[in-house]
Amino acid sequence: MSVALRNTALFAVVAGLIVLVGVQQGWNSALVIVNMGLISAIMALGVNLQWGFAGLFNVGVMGFVALGGLAAVIVGMPATPGAWSAGGWNIMGAFGFAVGLIAGVVLLRARMRPGRLRALVVVGALVAGFFIYRAMFDPGVDAVEAIDPALTGYLGGLGINQGLWVALAWPVGGLFAAAAAWVIGKTALGLRSDYLAIATLGIAEIIIAVLKNEDWLARGVKNVVGLPRPTPFEIELQNDPAFVQRASEMGFTAVEASTLYVKLAYAGLFLVVLLVLLWMAQRALHSPWGRMMRAIRDNEVAASAMGKDVTARHLQIFVLGSAICGVAGAMMTTLDGQLTPGTYQPLRFTFLVWVMVIVGGSGNNFGAVLGGFLIWFLWVQVEPMGLWLMELITSGLADGSPLKAHLIESAAHMRLFTMGIVLLVVLRFSPRGLIPER
Amino acid sequence: MDLLNAIIALANFVIIPATAYGAQLALGALGVTLVYGILRFSNFAHGDTMAFGAMVTVLVTWLFQGWGLSLGVLPTALLALPFGILGCMGLLLLTDCTVYRFYRTQKAKPVIFVIVSLGVTFILNGIVRFIIGPDDQRFLDGERFIVSARSFREMTGLREGLAIKTTQGITVLVAVICVIALFWFLNRTRTGKSMRAYSDNEDLALLSGIDPERVVRVTWLIVAALATIAGVLYGLDKSFKPFTYFQLLLPIFAAAIVGGLGNPLGAIAGGFVIAFSEVTVTYAWKKVLGYLLPDDLAPSSLVQLLSTDYKFAVSFLILLIVLLFKPTGLFKGKSV
Repeated sequence: MSVALRNTALFAVVAGLIVLVGVQQGWNSALVIVNMGLISAIMALGVNLQWGFAGLFNVGVMGFVALGGLAAVIVGMPATPGAWSAGGWNIMGAFGFAVGLIAGVVLLRARMRPGRLRALVVVGALVAGFFIYRAMFDPGVDAVEAIDPALTGYLGGLGINQGLWVALAWPVGGLFAAAAAWVIGKTALGLRSDYLAIATLGIAEIIIAVLKNEDWLARGVKNVVGLPRPTPFEIELQNDPAFVQRASEMGFTAVEASTLYVKLAYAGLFLVVLLVLLWMAQRALHSPWGRMMRAIRDNEVAASAMGKDVTARHLQIFVLGSAICGVAGAMMTTLDGQLTPGTYQPLRFTFLVWVMVIVGGSGNNFGAVLGGFLIWFLWVQVEPMGLWLMELITSGLADGSPLKAHLIESAAHMRLFTMGIVLLVVLRFSPRGLIPER
Repeated sequence: MDLLNAIIALANFVIIPATAYGAQLALGALGVTLVYGILRFSNFAHGDTMAFGAMVTVLVTWLFQGWGLSLGVLPTALLALPFGILGCMGLLLLTDCTVYRFYRTQKAKPVIFVIVSLGVTFILNGIVRFIIGPDDQRFLDGERFIVSARSFREMTGLREGLAIKTTQGITVLVAVICVIALFWFLNRTRTGKSMRAYSDNEDLALLSGIDPERVVRVTWLIVAALATIAGVLYGLDKSFKPFTYFQLLLPIFAAAIVGGLGNPLGAIAGGFVIAFSEVTVTYAWKKVLGYLLPDDLAPSSLVQLLSTDYKFAVSFLILLIVLLFKPTGLFKGKSV
């Protein structure tokens, strides 16, 4: 069987699985899987760029995804009236001061001769600067958070909420993630490979901590709800006589037709983004730049002997891959219509994406996309399957026995277990994945 | 100015908790650093190994409590600890021969090992949640305090109380015993020496007839003991919740790297560096400064540098600083 035929067959199998869900559980469930599958595929593309092209191990996907979500809030939500004049400028001033301070310290450090005096001056300047920063920052934060805390209490955003302009948040999410990735890459790249893993693990936790605690930024765990969407609302469609008419002609009720229409609209938008990114990734893979990346991945020493700047190229691709994860994160938050920092779990957002890349085939963009859909499908379907399995296993036990209750209750945790097994089995027996790199 | 009360307040809120936390981190970091030294990869499953060992201990503790077995003033968990260690040893040997050995014989790159350990993390996390559930579990019993704040105040007549929890005392004591035993083992016994030789130079060790599989096996056994002890001590001191162990991974790695990966002495130092910075930076200094400064200079705010939610940020910042300025750690570690 030729490679193209095999790959098409694999995609067809995944499509068939989703259609099966559509037939059995309703088309709404199937479209939910498709939409998140598209987003997962984009995340997998980003990680594949880093791991498959360059061999960089990024365990901070969750952080970049969450930063993308933040962009959806900052671009989409309207500015809270009075927040900027109350304390917003103080906060920005404090940030400006912090940036200036760090730049100043770096310059000073470069100018002074190494020694005890320099260390003392640097540490002293940083400590004093920190207190000045807090003195500027805290009153601003208190003022912003005091504005109607039950509803707003945060700065708000740019208020771009008209139709397709909402999608502007997606590239902005990419920019946010890219900025964070640059800072991490600058410190941890060029050191040993494990350090990048640990540094990204850390930054992801910190980004989530910031999102949870900085209420002035995005309301923290109080969540921002009602984000603008690029698609019409279901209720608007249901009130539109022309739409109801057309739906009934096609044999749908108005409610069913409107939910399907909205989900299909999202799927269309996401598909466009995925195809654009996939096309770009494919072009990159087959360009001289892509070949150089793979050469660096396979033998760093040889590549640097050929005059390639390994660290700079790594930084470049690390930033690009993280930006793609940020785009996907912004899309996901737009789809959900809310930013809920409490729901970001590393196992769900980082490691699941890794399983997608490894299972799909690292180094192959189509593999990453396939893995995204397949693993997302499994992730959604393993829970009901686990529950069913547990009920089968425990069917011999008496009703009301504590063991049975415990087993059925714990079925939800089967997901992690299954994903771990899938990852290990694929790595062991088919390390190149379903669609191997060519 | 009231120096004595200031010192007591400082000891009560910073020094004692940070020492206990530092001892827990040091034990965790020792496990990470041993795996790094011998097997040459960063073991992401270490946090969940701790959770697994602690879980077995919790279950056995409940069993003993059900039988009415107890150690009097000490927590029953100490009695159950050996069983937890045995369970964890079994688990690690099993993961080694089913998972890691294959890649070892293949001489896979370290980063592959890291990914594999991620898969193991997933599985362990699933098993732990499956068996004991994702919620907080209490398994502490016995006397709560060695010195309680009130009796200290009555004894000394000072305004500040000093409380030492039993768990904090046990933590430090057990950690000291573990570290002494570990260093005695590494420096004095034949097996320990062969482990250090293997860690220093694999090929040379093979040439001199050291059995690598045996070294690896012994390493896993020690790591299991260290991880279980660290996990149980942390669980006794705070509470047992599977997810917190995954989050402990960051401070533990930070401790191991700050000290120099692969260097046991560094891991201990790193654990205390991380713990003390975390606690001092997130502690509200109002009280201590109130005693130290004259009344008209006493601070009105809490003087808390960072809110406690950012304690991970502290270990991360220290990690970044060390990586930027001294990539091999304070004590010289190794790099691959």
